[in-house]
Amino acid sequence: MENRVVITGMGVCAPNGIGLDAFGQSLLNGTSGIRHQADLEALKFSCQIAGKPSLKNVNLNNYFSNVQLKDLDSTGVVYGVIAGKDAWKDAGLYENMESLDWDSGVVFGTGILGVDKFREAIYKVDAGNVRRLGSTAVIQTMASGISAYLGGMLGLGNQVTTNSSACSTGTEAILMGFERIKSKKAKRMLVGSCSDSGPYVWGGFDAMRILPRRYNDKPSEASRPMSASAMGFVPGSGAGALVLESLESAKARGVKIYGEILGGAVNSGGQRNGGSMTASNNNAVIKCIQNAISDSGIQADAIDSINGHLTATTKDAIEITNWGEALKRKGKDFPYINSFKSIFGHCLAASGSIECVGTVLQFQHKKVFGNLNCEDLHPDIQKQVSRERVPLHTIDFESKIIAKASFGFGDVNACVIFKSYSE
Amino acid sequence: MNETHFTKLKEIVGLYLPDDVSSDAIQLDSKFIDELNINSANLVDIVLDVEDAFDIILENEDMDGMQTISDALKIIEVKLNDK
Repeated sequence: MENRVVITGMGVCAPNGIGLDAFGQSLLNGTSGIRHQADLEALKFSCQIAGKPSLKNVNLNNYFSNVQLKDLDSTGVVYGVIAGKDAWKDAGLYENMESLDWDSGVVFGTGILGVDKFREAIYKVDAGNVRRLGSTAVIQTMASGISAYLGGMLGLGNQVTTNSSACSTGTEAILMGFERIKSKKAKRMLVGSCSDSGPYVWGGFDAMRILPRRYNDKPSEASRPMSASAMGFVPGSGAGALVLESLESAKARGVKIYGEILGGAVNSGGQRNGGSMTASNNNAVIKCIQNAISDSGIQADAIDSINGHLTATTKDAIEITNWGEALKRKGKDFPYINSFKSIFGHCLAASGSIECVGTVLQFQHKKVFGNLNCEDLHPDIQKQVSRERVPLHTIDFESKIIAKASFGFGDVNACVIFKSYSE
Repeated sequence: MNETHFTKLKEIVGLYLPDDVSSDAIQLDSKFIDELNINSANLVDIVLDVEDAFDIILENEDMDGMQTISDALKIIEVKLNDK
């Protein structure tokens, strides 16, 4: 018998709120977390807005020791540790950290870590000053730094690793932890992902001219997934974390359960048949969604809500077509669909995990959170999906099963199926 | 022993103590790793801070002999006299 896998804790450090309460309120009310960024303006970026978690009300001493805080210059580590520790605490596991727990592990992904720290190191090395780098240049910039920080802080003795698959990283991390518990190799897995803030992370995307340029003075209107006027994605950053646990372990501990993971799938389009480094092979996307559904042992018509990847580029309509093809559903029969990127932008490697936290919160709130900025639904989407299926405001609706997908550069896909928990 | 140098060194070392070790624990004969529980990797940072504070340069060999606070002070005195 395989383990059933449930979610018993969540934490989030997002541009629109840190902690489940602030983050959930923002999603409920449609309060944008996208702001003008003075540093991007000073550096002459075309897109001078972004989603960046505000740490001004966070006491970092609650998360790091004084020695760890010294010379800490990796925003990804900061966001990831906040989300990860909060999730562990939320799952009621925080108090047992003195001893080593062989049955708990962490899969915490990232795209690139500690960019600001790395920049500082590069300047010192180029100046012939390598001996002045200090002791933390490696741990703050190695990709697995984030899982290493969390694993050490929480005393995790099972697998401790970092995955990386561009913008599908977070969703992939969830599925990696899910598989590990399902196959009884672990009882609990902290899963999630983080992404650094700042010009050195976002610059490459600005250079590709795939970010919106005309909204620098109206940031909350800039991220327009599914809209006819979508001009590109708003860059973001942050971290999301979930504690996955075998149902058996969760019941034995008597803790609350946010929802269950029924199954999922990851695949790649191989950069063939229309797929490329930056574009999806549509057949692969459809196959990934269908594989996730069959892995979950459900029928496509059981899905009553979708949280899409939907970044707010001109490709959103194609994603909708892929969902429609995969589910064989359209018009009024199409599930409710939303994209939280309209509220906090595209948090890159962190997007999947932050959005999964929001997706699962919908079970608890008994809502489908609304979409900002798609009053002018793209005509190609309008042809496939009834207007009411793309809610502009949060609606009362008790989803039973929600599908969430993330897609990334390199033509990689991940899709996870969540279910509201019942015996 | 130079009291001013000891105070200056104590301030630096204090920054690298685990949160549950008080800076009162820093005595002349305190061992950095075994007694003050300082992470061995952080000795590198202490050396860099000492270089800045005393305007000296410490070599890798100097670090090897640095087990206790008084070892560090001796090395600092030698370096200052060599200047």
